[in-house]
Amino acid sequence: MNDTIYAISSGAPPAAIAVMRLSGPGAFAAVERLAGTLPQPRRASLRTLRAGDEVLDRALVLLFPGPATATGEDLAELHLHGGRAIVRAVSDALAAMPGMRPAEAGEFTRRALFNGRIDLTEAEGLADLLAAETEMQRRAAIRAAEGGIRRLVEQWAARTVQLSALVEAALDHADEDDVSSADSNLAELIAELSREIDGVAARPGSERLRDGVRIVLAGQPNAGKSTLLNALVDRDAAIVSPLAGTTRDRIEVPIMRNGIAYLLIDTAGLNETPADQVEEIGIARARQSIGQADLLLWLNDVPPPAEPVPVLWLNPRSDLPDRDAEPERLSVSALTGEGMAELWQAIEEAVAALLPAPDAVALNQRQRMLASAAASHLRAASSEPDQLLQAERLRAAMRSFHAITGAIDVEAMLDALFGQFCIGK
Amino acid sequence: MHHWDVIVIGGGHAGTEAAAAAARCGATTSLLTFDPEQIGAMSCNPAIGGLGKGHLVREVDALDGLIARAADAAAIHYRLLNRSKGPAVQGPRIQADRRRYATAIQSQLAAQSNLSILAGEAVALQLAGGRVAGIVLAGGEQIACSAVVLASGTFLGGRIFRGEERETGGRVGERAATQLGRQLRELGLPISRLKTGTPPRLDGRHIDWARLEEQPSDVEPWRMSPLTHGSRLPQLACAITRTTEQTHTIIRDNLDRSPLFTGAIEAGGPRYCPSIEDKIFRFGDRDGHQIFLEPEGLETHLVYPNGLSTSLPADVQQAVIASIPGLERTTIVTAGYAVEYDHVDPRCLAPTLMTRDLPGLYCAGQINGTTGYEEAAAQGLVAGANAALAVLERAPMILQRDQSYIGVMLDDLTLQGITEPYRMLTARAEYRLHLRADNAPTRLHDTGVAAGIIGKPRDDHEQARRKARSAIAEALSDSRTASELGRRGAPVSQDGARRTAGEWLRFPGVTLDHLGIDLAEHEPELVEELILDARYAPYLERQNAEVESMARSDGTPLPAELRYQAIAGLSNEMVERLDTARPATLGEAARIRGITPAAVTAILLHLRRAA
Repeated sequence: MNDTIYAISSGAPPAAIAVMRLSGPGAFAAVERLAGTLPQPRRASLRTLRAGDEVLDRALVLLFPGPATATGEDLAELHLHGGRAIVRAVSDALAAMPGMRPAEAGEFTRRALFNGRIDLTEAEGLADLLAAETEMQRRAAIRAAEGGIRRLVEQWAARTVQLSALVEAALDHADEDDVSSADSNLAELIAELSREIDGVAARPGSERLRDGVRIVLAGQPNAGKSTLLNALVDRDAAIVSPLAGTTRDRIEVPIMRNGIAYLLIDTAGLNETPADQVEEIGIARARQSIGQADLLLWLNDVPPPAEPVPVLWLNPRSDLPDRDAEPERLSVSALTGEGMAELWQAIEEAVAALLPAPDAVALNQRQRMLASAAASHLRAASSEPDQLLQAERLRAAMRSFHAITGAIDVEAMLDALFGQFCIGK
Repeated sequence: MHHWDVIVIGGGHAGTEAAAAAARCGATTSLLTFDPEQIGAMSCNPAIGGLGKGHLVREVDALDGLIARAADAAAIHYRLLNRSKGPAVQGPRIQADRRRYATAIQSQLAAQSNLSILAGEAVALQLAGGRVAGIVLAGGEQIACSAVVLASGTFLGGRIFRGEERETGGRVGERAATQLGRQLRELGLPISRLKTGTPPRLDGRHIDWARLEEQPSDVEPWRMSPLTHGSRLPQLACAITRTTEQTHTIIRDNLDRSPLFTGAIEAGGPRYCPSIEDKIFRFGDRDGHQIFLEPEGLETHLVYPNGLSTSLPADVQQAVIASIPGLERTTIVTAGYAVEYDHVDPRCLAPTLMTRDLPGLYCAGQINGTTGYEEAAAQGLVAGANAALAVLERAPMILQRDQSYIGVMLDDLTLQGITEPYRMLTARAEYRLHLRADNAPTRLHDTGVAAGIIGKPRDDHEQARRKARSAIAEALSDSRTASELGRRGAPVSQDGARRTAGEWLRFPGVTLDHLGIDLAEHEPELVEELILDARYAPYLERQNAEVESMARSDGTPLPAELRYQAIAGLSNEMVERLDTARPATLGEAARIRGITPAAVTAILLHLRRAA
């Protein structure tokens, strides 16, 4: 890592400002060549950036000497005016300097990890943070990046160690009366911890924030699914025609509303007698989508299937004269806009339970699986009459905690982690 | 001038096992000691075994060591600790007749070929070409050798404390090995101080035994070693008494005369075996502490009051004794004392117990910062065998954590170092269900055979045992239906399932009788071992999978020349710990205390980048 990397660390230009980040041993020298003089560390100073005689921009310059920086190296920030031409000119000037190169995807974070500035849960949080598009995503990711998950897991691990110590003391020092035999309360304490962890693991996970809440529109052919989808996303995302069976494949449309990411999925109509093989495949995919939905919008006149997902039963095309309101169905019309506000309100209410509470620590799927494994070991420990096996279960729970923070099986964690980085950080 | 393959310095529990193991490997071996009469002396507690320690004894025995057979030859009290707990944590323990124990060790050494005993004091190591080439005796005589095992116990820089009294020595009445200690420091070995202590010895003739709770020897006829035959010695009972409020007042009033509290002793002592003044200072709310009265032998009237380790002045010790029920009229024959001694930071050792920077020098026992005869014996065996194997240019004998308590101890010592005298505990072994005292031969015999330290009688016994083992295993692999068991009165639900006998034995209340299996012709211990294997099988399978996956993911080798200083993101403390312990793999590095996941990641990434 003798080379110095740089990249725009704010969003894609054009924007009001663009933050160019430099990290590595040559960062300060590069800034000096652009700015003429270096400001004091950690002090924002205005400088004129030049390439040779040519003025590139007037920018705010910040220097952070390593190793107490985000990457663990000398780090500099140039707050440029965010026009595309300026950003390109500064990038070109940096690229022309020896030992400088553009950062690869995730490279700033990788350097932070490499230099021991962050651990894996923090790096995972950072990866999510960078990908965050909504406010909720950002808040969840920042909690992970700041070590919220690590602290939570460390707290569980610390309590498990305490409980283990009680069991181990009873095992190894039973014949010495200076060690009292295990607390009679022990089983209850272990069970309590397992319930607590289960509670956190059962909370909605952070990946729904990242990937969006999956809302599937399903129903009979020509029920108006595509029309409703277009109305919900406020654009012509799906082809609409009066012909039954226009939608033959799934259509996925990501949208953002009130800080929440949704993935709306239009499906082929569930025709009992498909006309051809293509329609048959489309229907199979529709059924698959229903199985994976977080929320199902059911547009059929027959009652919704008994799926283990929340369902809103709609009465679509309520503007048509033959479609009378039914009490258990929400009437909506894409044409007149009737019921659309109510539908969004119903969706937001249904979805609230699926998303992490704004200030709760949210685990991702990997972390949730390990936490559940730990909880089930603890549950088994709480009802185990053989103290030796009880101690064994507590150890197994400890191993799960260590796997969450990356204390073991680091390779696998790293591979999973670095697969999901985006450029610029 | 005569040349030895291996010279062992010290005739204690580590030194005797080291000398015997080296000789069994076929190396010409000499055991050097101040006083050959003292070989095999038990400096402290006249007991062998216990929780975790009993496991070590069985493992040393499985590798054909001395300690278990000597213990049987001298045992005047047998007690299986933790009988009510899971069998994996049961600890066999015996009280030994001190004199008979030393005699048993000495006669085993006398019968060992390739082994000579030398009386004398080693004052210096001789080096040639950066490795050990011999030793110099106090008289100036030089003896050439290819390897030295240093097993000097508390004798290296030993200093005895009792109240205001000070004495130089490793054991009361014996001198210390001071000069050698100085040379080791000069050679740059990392040396620090530890302390330990011992209680006063009492005259048992004036103890009021009738008033005290008696603890008889186990009636079950178990032994420490399967090679022990013949009947037990006459068995003596131990007794239990307690300290009183008056005891505590006496001690509190005299804390200012204990070198532990005046600051005279600065070194750390064992938390697991605290002095009585420590216990009373730290657990002031307790109204009494248990004292086990352990007879020291059949012909002696000396009694060892286990739990009364102290360095208070002799007059205070006498007052303390007089305040304890049953001991009012007895007298102290030898007063208790604390001893502070030099030890080598074991992180400078390889898993063979050779010092990494001084080839040919091995360290074993208390010098490595451990406490206990059993810990010492196990290290002695490893150091002696490996010294011999290296001289004979054969493959080293490496014991793993998943294979033995010895492996756990070696790994802990060489990787983590110590902050207090290291004592074995079953909690230290993550593969505890598998590492049982009952199956030590099954786990270790082949390793011992490969190293060449197993004698013929042991091997014959083990081969016969293996034959019986497979017969029992076969019987347990027969399957039975629930209804068959039901007919024989087993408390199982009639689910129509068909399971092997071994699987049925996992159900509470199912016995061999319910299965219609007769294993009476086999040793009960062996049958028990296989039943336990069957019972723990689901856990053992998971552990095996874990061992394999750990070996895969943590096996990333760390090159010996790796410069931790050059890895960004490691704190100075981490760099120091890693440099001292020199872990061989990433997994080992991850186990070192204070090495965070972030640090392990940094090391891994550094390696990947370097590749």
